[in-house]
Amino acid sequence: MSDVKRIATRESYGNTLKELGAEYDNLVVLDADLAAATKTAIFRKAYPERHINCGIAEANMMGIAAGLAAAGMIPFASSFAMFAAGRAFEQVRNSIGYPHLNVKIGATHAGISVGEDGATHQCNEDIALMRTIPGMVVINPSDDIEAKAAVRAAIEHDGPVYLRFGRLAVPVINDRPDYKFELGKGVLLKDGTDVTLVASGLTVNSAIEAAEMLEKDGIHARVINIHTIKPLDEEIIIQAAKETGKIVTIEEHSIIGGLGSAVCDCLCENYPAKVLKIGINDVFGESGPALELLHAYKLDGEGVYGTVKEWLK
Amino acid sequence: MLPKNRLRGVNMTELELMKVANEVRKGIITGVHSAKAGHPGGSLSAADIFTYLYFEEMNIDPANPEKEDRDRFVLSKGHTAPGLYAALAQKGFFPVEDLLGLRHLGCYLQGHPDMKMIPGIDMSSGSLGQGISTAVGMALAAKLRKQDYRVYTLLGDGEIQEGQVWEAAMFAGAHKLDNLVVIVDNNGLQIDGDVAEVCNPYPIDKKFEAFNFYAINLEDGNDMKQIRAAFEEARSVKGTPVAIIAKTLKGKGVSFMEGVADWHGKAPNDEEYKVAMADLERIGEALCQM
Repeated sequence: MSDVKRIATRESYGNTLKELGAEYDNLVVLDADLAAATKTAIFRKAYPERHINCGIAEANMMGIAAGLAAAGMIPFASSFAMFAAGRAFEQVRNSIGYPHLNVKIGATHAGISVGEDGATHQCNEDIALMRTIPGMVVINPSDDIEAKAAVRAAIEHDGPVYLRFGRLAVPVINDRPDYKFELGKGVLLKDGTDVTLVASGLTVNSAIEAAEMLEKDGIHARVINIHTIKPLDEEIIIQAAKETGKIVTIEEHSIIGGLGSAVCDCLCENYPAKVLKIGINDVFGESGPALELLHAYKLDGEGVYGTVKEWLK
Repeated sequence: MLPKNRLRGVNMTELELMKVANEVRKGIITGVHSAKAGHPGGSLSAADIFTYLYFEEMNIDPANPEKEDRDRFVLSKGHTAPGLYAALAQKGFFPVEDLLGLRHLGCYLQGHPDMKMIPGIDMSSGSLGQGISTAVGMALAAKLRKQDYRVYTLLGDGEIQEGQVWEAAMFAGAHKLDNLVVIVDNNGLQIDGDVAEVCNPYPIDKKFEAFNFYAINLEDGNDMKQIRAAFEEARSVKGTPVAIIAKTLKGKGVSFMEGVADWHGKAPNDEEYKVAMADLERIGEALCQM
């Protein structure tokens, strides 16, 4: 894996904002004193007059974004997932979600792969929070290519969008000529008949690696990438349940309320199947290097392989 | 007949404005009584300010509620929607009779302002502290796009206990948003009682000044002449946002509601409704004698 290109999706976010800045003169980027970390500084360098630093005040930033959108601009409000979805939840719900304003929320540093900063900054609850808001689109891209496509899809969509990005540089896995991002459409990455691994964000790579290991044991795992958690591609999930019986969800997020819950919501109503939810098991994270944390919390390829193998016994 | 469809620039006399304000008060009582719920006290205290904004101050057009160059208003103290709705109805944004549908299932007049459903509402609001931030966003948009509309937002004096108000104030001051006017309806009472006893917000003017606002103390926010003077002064300020701290009387115009915290958020029963409307009829008749 050492020769694989690795890029953090927050970089993809900043780079794409800069591209879009040239195409949309009503695009404005907001930040809360984290422009260097969220990578919106890349946009700021190109369009300083359209980069608004709100200071360390995320609640106010979401309100300002709502006001800008109501006046016809397209604001991207950026912060860490913990503060964008967590601290400012009610502002996002009431000032952005309820009036269905055209605000894009760029949330970086999601999940435990934040690393050394530890539990206070490792947001494993943002997907759960955001998907409860009516009309909110929730996207969790798996690599640089998908993240760039997601930012473009977000600006083309009229309405609020929550974009989840990571701090950690992750392998580029979607570098293929036929790659196409469709909002709300899952992506079949590998066919299989014994079990389906449904993953999102950086765990898509873990699912691919785990599927390869399972294959060596004679277990044919299907792999599906769900980049859009809301609206969920129910069709691809139901089809997988019908064809492979067992479903495993894998996410760098609490097993409560995230991808796993969304998949269960879909299946229990449409095609009840056995589901194993792999994620953060209702605990807070801790400090440590990101890759070591992903290993310790069994969210890397090896960890996912072990958990699935055990479950299938 | 009340004047309708007036745009800014057509000056009404203070007496004319007082008559409109009295009709707005009747609309508040009618709506809240019909809803059997709602917030009459803070709607009545702000009725004169609503009236002045919609009939005199703001560049708006009921026939074209979304015209791009309009002035914007955000009711940050969204629970006083009955006052705003009554003013919008008087101005001709929707029929006055519709106030009877306030808070009823299926009626567009929601308990708190809803920009998606109600003509003339520039921002959905109601969760205290949030409206001012959205107003700041609108004012910022005007600056970024070099448009010259103005943005007004009305806050409660209890509402300024919310920390987000001061996040927004710090931003507005820092960005010199002189197209923003923040009005504080200082009626002195919140649900649990006297604002000074619940959690003292005073001095309000000094706080806004500390956040780089130009503060105007409006001694009687129920006096049309003084309201006009305050907004004219606000219009002359360049380089900083303006805060108008308007001393008002909660429940103004209805004898048994005046200065009573208990009327913050409850509706008059049928008997009380009759007394309230009779009070307002008397005020209306007196205005006609002037």
